[in-house]
Formats: sequence, C-alpha cells, structure tokens
Amino acid sequence: MTEHSSSPLLQIENLHASVGGNEILRGVNLTVDAGTVHAVMGPNGSGKSTLAHVLAGRPGYEVTAGRVLYKGRDLLAMAPEIRAREGVFLAFQYPVEVPGVSNVYFLKNALNAVRRHRGLPELDAMDLLALTKEKAKLVQIDEELVRRPVNEGFSGGEKKRNEIFQMAVLDPTLAILDETDSGLDIDALRIVASGVNALRTPQRSMIVVTHYQRLLNYIVPDYLHVLVDGQIVRSGGKDLALELEERGYAWLEKEPAPPAPVGAGA
Amino acid sequence: MPSPVLSADTDLAAAFADLRRRTGGYPAWLGGLRERAFARFQELGFPTSADESWKHTNVAPIARIPWEPVPSDPDAARPLPVSVRRGDAAGVQLGFSNGRWSRALSSAPADFAGIDVLPIADVLRDHPEWLEPHFGRHAAWEKNPFTAWNTALAEDGAFIRVSRGAASGPIHLLFLSEGTGAPTVAHPRNLILLESGAQATVVETYVGEGTTLTNAVTEISVGDGAFLDHAKIQRESPDAFHVQSIAVTSQRSSQFTSSSASFGGSIARTDIGVLFAGEGGDCTLNGLFVGEGSALLDTHTTVDHATPHCTSRQVYKGILDGRSRGVFHGTVLVRKDAQKTDAIQSNKNLLLSRDALVHSTPALEIFADDVKCKHGSTIGQLDAAALFYLRSRGIGEQEARALLTWAFASDVVARFKPQIVREEVERALSTRLPGRPR
Ligand SMILES: Nc1ncnc2c1ncn2[C@@H]1O[C@H](COP(=O)(O)OP(=O)(O)OP(=O)(O)O)[C@@H](O)[C@H]1O
Ligand SMILES: [Mg+2]
Repeated sequence: MTEHSSSPLLQIENLHASVGGNEILRGVNLTVDAGTVHAVMGPNGSGKSTLAHVLAGRPGYEVTAGRVLYKGRDLLAMAPEIRAREGVFLAFQYPVEVPGVSNVYFLKNALNAVRRHRGLPELDAMDLLALTKEKAKLVQIDEELVRRPVNEGFSGGEKKRNEIFQMAVLDPTLAILDETDSGLDIDALRIVASGVNALRTPQRSMIVVTHYQRLLNYIVPDYLHVLVDGQIVRSGGKDLALELEERGYAWLEKEPAPPAPVGAGA
Repeated sequence: MPSPVLSADTDLAAAFADLRRRTGGYPAWLGGLRERAFARFQELGFPTSADESWKHTNVAPIARIPWEPVPSDPDAARPLPVSVRRGDAAGVQLGFSNGRWSRALSSAPADFAGIDVLPIADVLRDHPEWLEPHFGRHAAWEKNPFTAWNTALAEDGAFIRVSRGAASGPIHLLFLSEGTGAPTVAHPRNLILLESGAQATVVETYVGEGTTLTNAVTEISVGDGAFLDHAKIQRESPDAFHVQSIAVTSQRSSQFTSSSASFGGSIARTDIGVLFAGEGGDCTLNGLFVGEGSALLDTHTTVDHATPHCTSRQVYKGILDGRSRGVFHGTVLVRKDAQKTDAIQSNKNLLLSRDALVHSTPALEIFADDVKCKHGSTIGQLDAAALFYLRSRGIGEQEARALLTWAFASDVVARFKPQIVREEVERALSTRLPGRPR
C-alpha cells in the first residue's frame, strides 16, 4: 500500500460530547476520506444524531474531549455557518419548519453566502431559478414546494426530500444524512436514494445514518460503522448491515474496546 | 412674540386663554366644547399608573417637560425628510409641520369630484357647521386626558369628506414634528367622514426630529356601506413622545381596515377604538410595533360590538429589542344585543433581547350569548432550532436572526393596505434589521 499524499477529509479523534450535562459521545474515532460513503448504524439513543449535530456545530452540544479535523483544520473551532460554507451539510433527522421564509428565498441566501465564501459570483434570481429547477428534478420535489415556506406543512417525506434538494443546490463536500430514509415509503426511498447517488462524486464524502439495511441497498456504502452508547464498537464493509439486520445490536454491545479507526486507503 | 408655554401645572390656563383670544370667532358649540374639554383635562390631569389603561405607560416624562407650540409658518420651505411621499397622480398629500398646515409639505390642491381634503383650520374658520355633527363626538375626550387636551387646543389637522358614493385615491397626511431647540408640542386633529357608499384610503405618517410631543386625535365616521382603508406609520425620533386616539364609528354594513406600524420614540401610544353603530359592519385591525433602545410602544384597541352581525379581526405583532417595552391591550366588548358577533384578536410578540419586555392583555367582555369570539396572545424569542437550521446552511448568525425576525413580521405586514404602506413599512423594517439578506 502506498502512502496517500493528501490527508483525509474528516478525522474524528476520541470525540467526547455532552448534552445537558449528559455525556452522549464517549470517544468516537472515525476517518472519512474524500469520495467515500460511510454508513452509521446503531440503536436508538446511541448518539448518532448527537454526532451529526456536533459536526454541524449545533449550540448546546459541548465537546469535552477529542478533536475533529476537516480538510486538516479544526472543525470544532468554526461557527456553524462557516462549516456550511466550507462544505459541511447536515440533512436533519427532523427538518425544521421556518414559517414566513420561502424555500427559494432561503436557498438564495444560503447559496450566495456559500458562494461568496468560495469566491464565486452570487447568483441572481434567474440563475437560481434555473438551478433549483434542475435540482428539483433530481429529487423529484414538487416545484410548488420550493416556493412555499421552508418545510411548513410539508409531509414527513416532503421534508426529507427537501433536505436532499437543499443538499443538491448547496453542493457540499461532506454530507451527513441523518435518517433521511425514515418515514419514506419504498418509492420515495428509491427516488431520494437515486438523488443521493447522483450526487456521489469522487470529491464528495457522505456519512449516512440509518436504521435500515434497505437504504444501503440503494446507497451502497464503502464502510459501515456501528455506534453503541457513544462509541463506534464495530466497523466493516456493507455486509455488516446484513448481519445487523439478522442479529440486532445486542451481540455487539458486549464487545470490549472500540476498534481502531478505519480509513479508506487501508 | 411670546409663545405660550405648556406644562402640567403652570401655564396651561394661559395657553388656553391665549387660544381663546386668538380664535374668538368660534361658534358657541365649539367654544363650549373647548371649555368643557379643557375643564375635563384639568380635572383628570395626566394619567398615572393607578389608571388601569396607563398602568404600564408612565407619562411622567411628558408631564414634566414644558412643551411649547410652534408659531404657524405655512410657507416655510424645508427639505423633506427622506422617503416622505408627496402627492402623486394617484393621490394627494396634506402636510403639517408641528401641527400646522404647511404648503411646502403639501401637494398642489387637486380637484376630486365629491371629495374634500382641507386643512381643518380652514373648515373651522369658514364652515364650522360641517364639523358640528362629528367634532368631539367620536373621540372620548371625557375619558382620555390627552384627547381632552387636544380637543381644547387643536387648531389644525386634516378634514376629509368623501361624499355619497364617491371614491378617492390615496390621501396622504404627513405630520412632521421638529424640535426647534425647545421641546415642541402639536395637537393635530383630523376628521375623516365617509358618507354612505363612499370609499377612501387615508394614510397618516408621523415623522420628526428632536424632542417633540405629538398629541393627535383622528375621528372617523364610516357611513352605511362605506369602505375606508386607514393606515398609520409612526417613526419619529427616539426623543419623541407620541399619543394618538383614533376613534371610529362604523355604520351599517361598512368596512374599516386599519394598518398601523409604530417604530418608536421615547413613548408612542396609539388608542384605536371602533364602535359598531350599525349592523353588519366589518373591521380589520392590523398592527406592528418595533421597539429598540429604551422606546415604549403602547397600543390599546377597543372594538365595541354594540350591534349584531358585525365581524372584527385583529392581528398585532410586537418586536422588542434593547431595553424597549411593548404594551398591547385589546378590549373586545360584545354588548347584550350584539348577537352573531364574530371577533378574533391575536397579539404575538417577539423579544430580541433579555432586557426587552412586553405586556399583552387581551380582554374579552361578552354579554351576548350567540357569538364567536377568540383571542390569543404569545410572547417568545427567536426559535433556536430555526436559527441553527439557517446557520447550518451557511447563513450568518446576524442574517439568520434578521431573516427570522422579518418572517415573524411579514405575515402582518403582508396584510397592510395600501401597498405603498406595505413598502414603506418594509423599508423601515429593513433599516432596523441591518443584517437582513436580500
Ligand atoms: N437536548 C438534549 N438534552 C438532553 N439529552 C439529549 C438531548 N438530545 C439528545 N439527548 C440524549 O442523547 C442521547 C442520544 O441521542 P441521539 O439523538 O444522538 O440518538 P440517536 O442515536 O440519533 O437516536 P435515534 O436513532 O433515536 O435517532 C439520547 O439518550 C437522548 O435522549
Ligand atoms: Mg437520531
């Protein structure tokens, strides 16, 4: 194996984080190389969303130990909006309703903030319209929804689709999808998954949090990690999902120390 | 020229005597009304916190200042403050400087069939009989000392009469208050009369600089089947004091809408009262108050359902930043015979800082049994989850706050009529929300 000259996109080292005084993440290690897709599975309450939120910079999540390097820089020192402009995108498990702010208006401001940061010219209303039309097609989201206030009155499935739509527009480098498949029927799942797959590029990495192996039939991960009680207790290839589907998590919970971090070029 | 000095205890009587001397030609009914109003003002004095409707609004600073009226100078040419409208093809503007009609602030006289738009000083002088059935009959000067004060001393303001079946374009009333070194007071007095089937749009705008007191009264009569869109934009200086009573009498099957935006001053208080005097009336009150610094913004509404089958809708929103205070008190009174009343009132408030405060008191008093009445009142902060959601997409914190604040205001602003008011309020709001993205 040859040494990779470039450092990994994301390096999570011994990450400990608390919410409301409770330690939820208890030493997470994870390395994500450019262009790889990592699935994260684990029982309810194991800390998957906490990990996602810590990476996105949600206030109220206190990191008590460890570090996270993104493109070799200290991710945790960046404000949430800076992380986003640097290419981190979180598709929320529970997307937030923002009454009074239309999706288009919201996206225009978000996209132009991102573009300014990247030294790109801002898009005007016409360019944006063309871009949103194209991306709306990708996830087959109704254009009527694009004009409505952000997530307000959307069905669960529409909200999830809207997250992937936003991701398509904002063109992130690291996308974290937190249970984007929950609440989707099989047709919607297929549409969303094919939208996600269309966004897979050699530069873009993804962390896909899910409870269901079926999603991984569509979005085939390069690696799969199992988070139990705030630690990654097992890492492997996509076949691990089948084993989990069959045996559940209990057999892993008894496993001792977490394994070494898994990198791509290994 | 010695100008009369007004302060609570000392020279009010002198001011009143001076007015009497200068305007001795008033007919008996008006002279008598002024005497009674003045006596009532002296009797009531300035309200104190013991007075229920002034509980949260301490007017001691107003009572303490020796206010001076400014001598009239209708021709003084002064630069217009930015973004103050002039009458255009579609409308006409009457402008008042420190309470007196100003040629410089007014559009050229326009000739509308069936519509009078005149300085009320002219009407007081030439046609006081036009005023007699209305002047002092809609506004409750017996109860409100500021209204009594105005009724005793008012000399100018706008007189608008839209005769039976006529329809007017927008009529703009501009009130410019300028502290000329000394604290100045003005008592604008407006009378808006819509005869049956008439239709009109009237926009009152209050702007100014320096330490001023505007004590305005607007009396409105909306005749049978008439439509009035009334709007008020108040954005005077941080040192300004503003008190206005808007008293509306709504006749059978008439429609009245009010769009009101208040951007502050030291104290800005608006009382709006609507009396349904005829069946089948419809009134819509929409308001926004936006406070910063140490402003106190107070809105009192009273909708008096005195007759059956009337509908009232109220949406008021408050945005309070800094150490500002908001007061909303909304009374819906449904009298015994006012069956089939349909009344909804909502007041929502957004506190942008820890030191901001709002008092919201909805008061339903229902004496009829076959009615639909609802009210709601909320006080909250910006939604932390939404704030993070926006930031997680790359929108900066200040921009995200501005965007959510804008969104909070937008549903009431979207209801404002006419459009020019909506646009002006949006502009004023933009300057208050500096980080608002485009
Ligand atoms: N704001 C909070 N305050 C206190 N505890 C919290 C907060 N948010 C999450 N937790 C707790 O942290 C733990 C992990 O929650 P998290 O949402 O990360 O789990 P998850 O793995 O995403 O679960 P799920 O599969 O149900 O989505 C849970 O016990 C949860 O109750
Ligand atoms: Mg979760």
